[in-house]
Amino acid sequence: MDRRRFLKGAVLFLPACGLLSTAAQQALAAAQAKNAAAGEADTGLGDYKPGDHWYGMGVEIDKCIGCNRCVEACKAENDVPRDMFHFRTWVERYKIRHDGEASVECISTQQGKEATPEADQDVVRTFFVPKLCNQCAHPPCTQVCPVGATFPTEDGVVLVDKERCIGCRYCIQACPYGARYLNPLTRTADKCTFCYHRLVKGLVPACVEVCPTQARVFGDLKSKASRLVRFERMNHISVLKPALNTVPKVYYAQLDGEVR
Amino acid sequence: MEMFREIMGRVSGYIYPNEIEINWSILIVVYPYLTGLVAGAFILASLVKVFNVKELQPTYRLSLLTALSFLLIAPFPLLLHLAWPMRSFEIFLTPNLTSAMAMFGFVYAWYLMGVLLLEVWFEFRRDLVVLARETKGVLRFVYRLLSLFSSDISEAALAFDRKAIRFITIIGIPSAFLLHGYVGFIFGSIKANPWWSSVLMPIVFLMSAIVSGIAMVVLLYMIITATRNETIDMKCLDKIVTFLFYAVIVDFSLEFLDFIHRLYESEESIQILGQLIALRLFQNLVILQVLMGMLVPLAILVVVELRRFNDDMRKLLYFISVILIQLGIFSTRWNVVIGGQLFSKSLRGLMTYKMEITGLEGLLTALVLLILPFVILTVLVRILPIRRLDQQALPPG
Ligand code: SF4
Ligand code: SF4
Repeated sequence: MDRRRFLKGAVLFLPACGLLSTAAQQALAAAQAKNAAAGEADTGLGDYKPGDHWYGMGVEIDKCIGCNRCVEACKAENDVPRDMFHFRTWVERYKIRHDGEASVECISTQQGKEATPEADQDVVRTFFVPKLCNQCAHPPCTQVCPVGATFPTEDGVVLVDKERCIGCRYCIQACPYGARYLNPLTRTADKCTFCYHRLVKGLVPACVEVCPTQARVFGDLKSKASRLVRFERMNHISVLKPALNTVPKVYYAQLDGEVR
Repeated sequence: MEMFREIMGRVSGYIYPNEIEINWSILIVVYPYLTGLVAGAFILASLVKVFNVKELQPTYRLSLLTALSFLLIAPFPLLLHLAWPMRSFEIFLTPNLTSAMAMFGFVYAWYLMGVLLLEVWFEFRRDLVVLARETKGVLRFVYRLLSLFSSDISEAALAFDRKAIRFITIIGIPSAFLLHGYVGFIFGSIKANPWWSSVLMPIVFLMSAIVSGIAMVVLLYMIITATRNETIDMKCLDKIVTFLFYAVIVDFSLEFLDFIHRLYESEESIQILGQLIALRLFQNLVILQVLMGMLVPLAILVVVELRRFNDDMRKLLYFISVILIQLGIFSTRWNVVIGGQLFSKSLRGLMTYKMEITGLEGLLTALVLLILPFVILTVLVRILPIRRLDQQALPPG
């Protein structure tokens, strides 16, 4: 009964493939775990223990003077394309008018800069808001990645694995903050990493280091002594788009309701 | 700087700087359109086998082959759109279980191999064996290969085939639902995007898939019978169109419900979505999708129901409506996929999509992908009989 045999074959084929690939994956994972156990040196992190930290960033709106230094530093530090469409961090300028209407422009691209002096007369308040990946604790971007190329680390940073990303851009669609872009050089998804390569050496992100007014505060929420913990205690803190339940870890002080 | 100005000229209001690129292009429009046709055609085929709608028998095989041809091409738009197409297999090796897109890979593989190919094979096996006996040369080998070198066409073997088909169809219907529901879920589950994020999305996708699939089979059936100089089985045609009519009504009500619901809820995003419709999608959404693609064909079908037209008139009206419906469903996909990327997630500005013509993700590629299934179908209906061999002598009807 050739037909029956074929049918049986077909029925067995699919689950068999599944099993084989799972087995292969597990073997791989086991091998990796062994390697990891074999010595800290293999992880390339030295005596840095990711599990001991939980990073976040504070931004004090009133201190930001819109000098754009953080944006420059970030581009230089992280090989972000030097054009005007790709940013790991950027700075927005908000102008609030008498009637409460807000207008926004991005001072990092100079986009939307059409305001005439007359229009400015009506402005009651203006302030700068630095934006970046919020390193969400519930990141929708990692939820949707079909291959697991974008993932949260133990210390609370969301990273992208360049070797695995297939460039489907699903994560870019899923990020509510416009924090991601497809890097034209690597053709993979890219975004702020909190300068992870610096963190593991005990340094702070490049943008934090260059900020002349210390509007950006970096810190470890697991350490009581960290500047960020104090910053959170001293200020009224808000996050962006809280209703989406992404649980951002970039905390803004003196944030205006108009900002989104 | 020039380029920058040019690009910024296409933006109104404020958008986040990274949003300047429209990430999902026309290829991603083509992709749910093709998958939808697969699901729709298959569900039409299932009506015959599971619900015993006898009138539809003449289009049963055509529906199956249509589903198959479109399914074979369906993953290509997605693949070509990846920045790293050669890594796509990672979806199967290291799937991320929380990702709708990763799960789609499995649903697709299951549907193609576990359902559609098997059903087609069982349906055509007998005829393939007979054809292999009657032909000579290369073609004979092709038929033998296609029948996987089976040769048993005894009554018992055929009875087994029939049982197998029934069994597969019963599994196939939920699979088809899943296949297209999942495509809807890929969009509907993106909470960051208020244009997409809706629980109704999978169902709307599924219903519009059924509509487009049925309309496509009607279109193909009319064209194939015309080119072969055969007569159309009007009973069959009327019946399919009745199903089409109901499907369009359900689809329309769902989309309308979704619209009203958004309007009534009037969330933070309603303002920018209103602008999106008024400034960027008016033509595609209001004129093409709703008016031309839905209301006009619906009106035509109502008129056909009410007035007793003769066969030729009915054929003409059916033909016009199924073409309009295809147009409408394609616009639906366009408005969902492209429309969803035309407003900023800052909810303060709108972008414009400028379609490439020749690039890998451009119009030409999309056209090729849209034409390929028809090429495959042409080959398939050339070598496979779309009417059962033992019934071919009988007059139609
Ligand atoms: S801000 Fe966007 S990219 Fe960053 S973790 Fe959240 S969802 Fe992901
Ligand atoms: S673009 Fe890369 S990181 Fe983003 S979802 Fe696709 S595979 Fe994952």
